[in-house]
Amino acid sequence: MSTTETTATTGDIRPRLRWGVPAYVVLVLVAMALAIAVPKTGYILNISLQATTYAIAVLGLTIVLGLCGQINLAQAAFFGLGAYAVGIGQTEYGLNFWACLLIGTSMAAGFGALLGASTLRLGGHYLAMVTISFQQIVTLVLINWIPVTKGPDGVRAIPRPGFLADGSTYLAFCIAALAGLAFLVWRLRDTRLGRAMRAVRDNELAAGVAGIDVYRTKVTAFALSAILGGIGGGLFAGGFAYVSPDQFSFAESVVFLTMVLLGGVASPIGAVIGTGLLILIPEWLRFLKSIPGLYLAIYGAAVILIVLFMPDGIWGYLRGQLDRFKRAVLPSRTGATLHLSGGGEGTDTVMEVRGLSKHFGGLKAVDEVDLTIRRGGVHALIGPNGSGKTTTLNVLSGLYRATAGTIELNGQDVTDLPPHARTKAGLGRTFQNIRLWRSMTALENVMVGAERPGSPIGNDPAALLARARAALAFVDLEDRADEVVANFSYGHQRAVEIARALAGDPVLLLLDEPGAGLNSSEKVELRNLLKRISARGLTILIIDHDMTLVSEVAQHITVLNFGRRIADGYSADVLKHPDVIAAYLGTAPDVPA
Amino acid sequence: MDLVLQLLFTGIGIGSVYALVALGFVLIFRATNVVNFAQGEFSMVAAFLMVVFSVKIGLPYWVAFVIALICMAGLGAVFNLAVYYPLRHRTYLPVIISTIGASIFMANTTLAIHGPEPEVLSGWFDTPGFMLGPVYLDNQYVLIIVVTALLVALQYWFFEHTLLGKKLQATSQDKEMASLLGIPVALMIMITFVYSAVIGGIAGILVAPVLFVSIGMGATIALKAFAATIIGGFGDVTGAIIGGLALGVIETFGAAYISVPYKDGFAFLVLIAFLIFRPQGIFGERVAEKA
Repeated sequence: MSTTETTATTGDIRPRLRWGVPAYVVLVLVAMALAIAVPKTGYILNISLQATTYAIAVLGLTIVLGLCGQINLAQAAFFGLGAYAVGIGQTEYGLNFWACLLIGTSMAAGFGALLGASTLRLGGHYLAMVTISFQQIVTLVLINWIPVTKGPDGVRAIPRPGFLADGSTYLAFCIAALAGLAFLVWRLRDTRLGRAMRAVRDNELAAGVAGIDVYRTKVTAFALSAILGGIGGGLFAGGFAYVSPDQFSFAESVVFLTMVLLGGVASPIGAVIGTGLLILIPEWLRFLKSIPGLYLAIYGAAVILIVLFMPDGIWGYLRGQLDRFKRAVLPSRTGATLHLSGGGEGTDTVMEVRGLSKHFGGLKAVDEVDLTIRRGGVHALIGPNGSGKTTTLNVLSGLYRATAGTIELNGQDVTDLPPHARTKAGLGRTFQNIRLWRSMTALENVMVGAERPGSPIGNDPAALLARARAALAFVDLEDRADEVVANFSYGHQRAVEIARALAGDPVLLLLDEPGAGLNSSEKVELRNLLKRISARGLTILIIDHDMTLVSEVAQHITVLNFGRRIADGYSADVLKHPDVIAAYLGTAPDVPA
Repeated sequence: MDLVLQLLFTGIGIGSVYALVALGFVLIFRATNVVNFAQGEFSMVAAFLMVVFSVKIGLPYWVAFVIALICMAGLGAVFNLAVYYPLRHRTYLPVIISTIGASIFMANTTLAIHGPEPEVLSGWFDTPGFMLGPVYLDNQYVLIIVVTALLVALQYWFFEHTLLGKKLQATSQDKEMASLLGIPVALMIMITFVYSAVIGGIAGILVAPVLFVSIGMGATIALKAFAATIIGGFGDVTGAIIGGLALGVIETFGAAYISVPYKDGFAFLVLIAFLIFRPQGIFGERVAEKA
């Protein structure tokens, strides 16, 4: 492994084609030129306008459903807010088109944020129902608030801005807007926010523990989705000059959902494909519309069939086929060394736990445990099954709220902080049952770790990328940086999880049974890895059942039994302690043999 | 005061229907950990079947009722096999989307076959109702309340005192453990879907004489029943019943004293208020995911 092999010098996670962006710009310009130059009937113009503006709203679902894994069944309502703002604002209040578009988008964003903020702390089912409810309320208001919305008659004669008054020019403008927004959504995937969204989608718990504010990320995704809905709706109103409540009903929300599912939720290309197809196909099959219901019944059946047989959508399927022809990218090595600051110089104690208790109803899983973790060492927490080790770790990392007691990390009281805030304060951890973001590459997983808020590395993308590569190199997996972790062996997944925690340069590393499920050679590797981490000055708190591993790496041991601390001290002393032997092996019978 | 009592009675009557549908939600949620968004369509389909058998074909009420429920049992089974079972190992999101697809499919297939005109279905009784003191008791509302109470009692007895009930409970609490103990989990889930379709159907047939039988009735009932489960505490049977009754009463009073056109909006406002201020509902507990 020599440093002359260095090839990865750019600040990008995915190698990008040099001609990709210019080609995209040319393609969009050609599409715009065609929109203006090609003579077309009013019918074709309407279909094209509908497809373009719908696609913008569907892009919103690419963000919220595709990137962040949250459902939004009110996209038609947000679309409607934008459309009605452009309609009523211009015809009733004489406002400028752009001002109305801005107002409509802001209204959609506001309602989106409000709706998300009230629901996203809870599970996805709530979000589904609440968005449907919101959709119904918006429809009710549009129909019944006649003085403002004109009721079922709708708003007529909605103007366009002067220089876009011609339908073809307006279409070209909408194409440009769609192209620009699609580009932003495409780039979003590989930004810090995009990675955070994907982490939340793949494993929420791990995302929180990696320092991502899960709730804020979800609300952001939801608000962005609503904003795209609002923009799409505003442009739609300008295009059609007429809006009415039935264009923004729940059925349309389902149409939007079907579009994104059919095309593929993972990419903006999928959104455009899905929208295009579902606007065109029903036009070709117009006879279906002669029987009310048949058309939507087919949509419903299509949704089930797509979910069952084509979960990645059309573009996801095509991607899978195209990827076969992709040449293997040569693994690149930076050979950078991983620097661990261990929280820098400070007091002797990294973590101070006093009187920590966690009760589940009447069960005292953890009962008044004291724990002092000294800087720079490996501290093991051991005990028989059910002694409260993992519960302790979960309370320490914030997944459970302590019933009583205090936790200080590097002198800061973290007892009441949520997981991501503790991570910001310097905590890193791994899980007993590995929690990686399985659809993301090893490098992306570790990048999120490197992006830990409060990390001393800062915010420079190039530095973060270098840091993530160094962390992967540290666990000997840099060669596989661009592979999706779901394909990794169990031992390698564990190593990626450790690298993810190391990349954030934590003050204290919590390892929850890192040896569980590893074979003997993997265990040797793990032991060496732990020694290498410790040698670089990072403090470790480890839980494990493997006494050989524990006695080889740990200087300090705390023993729990039935939630209480029964021994604490230097490894050699603790392992000889009669209570510890009794807890593990049972006591000798009282009766003489 | 008389008006208040009258509204209270009506509210409890309509709330009983929400409670019945909510019960179906809760049972499926407990067995599969997913919400069945097509639960309301079970009620709608059953009401239309009842119209076909009782009005169009002219069978006696009870015969039509039994045949409709047998059809519902079959529908529940098909629903499980087509919409839930193939996705059982995936996350909740594809399952939700699939049940939403099923809901759209059922509503619009009914629309395509039957057409958009609402139907009128008369109740079991020939007489409309009677006076009890100052309150007029509509026979159909009385029937709804009585049948709901009976079904809840029956269900309680079934889950607590029969072996099949215990097996269903075991399945809903821990599928892996249940299957290790030899409980046929797939069959238990099948039974849950069949049962939920049937009680959804009973709710639909009971409420049909009060509302019109229309394509949209399923979605409306389902949304309110879901709101009821959240108000009561998600996944909690008692909560679903109390939540359903509470919602029926709130809605009836809202329509009488505030606004009729926005009647259907009150449930959603109450729902959103609960989500903000007491998301665990009246009876619910917050459950943390295990790390």
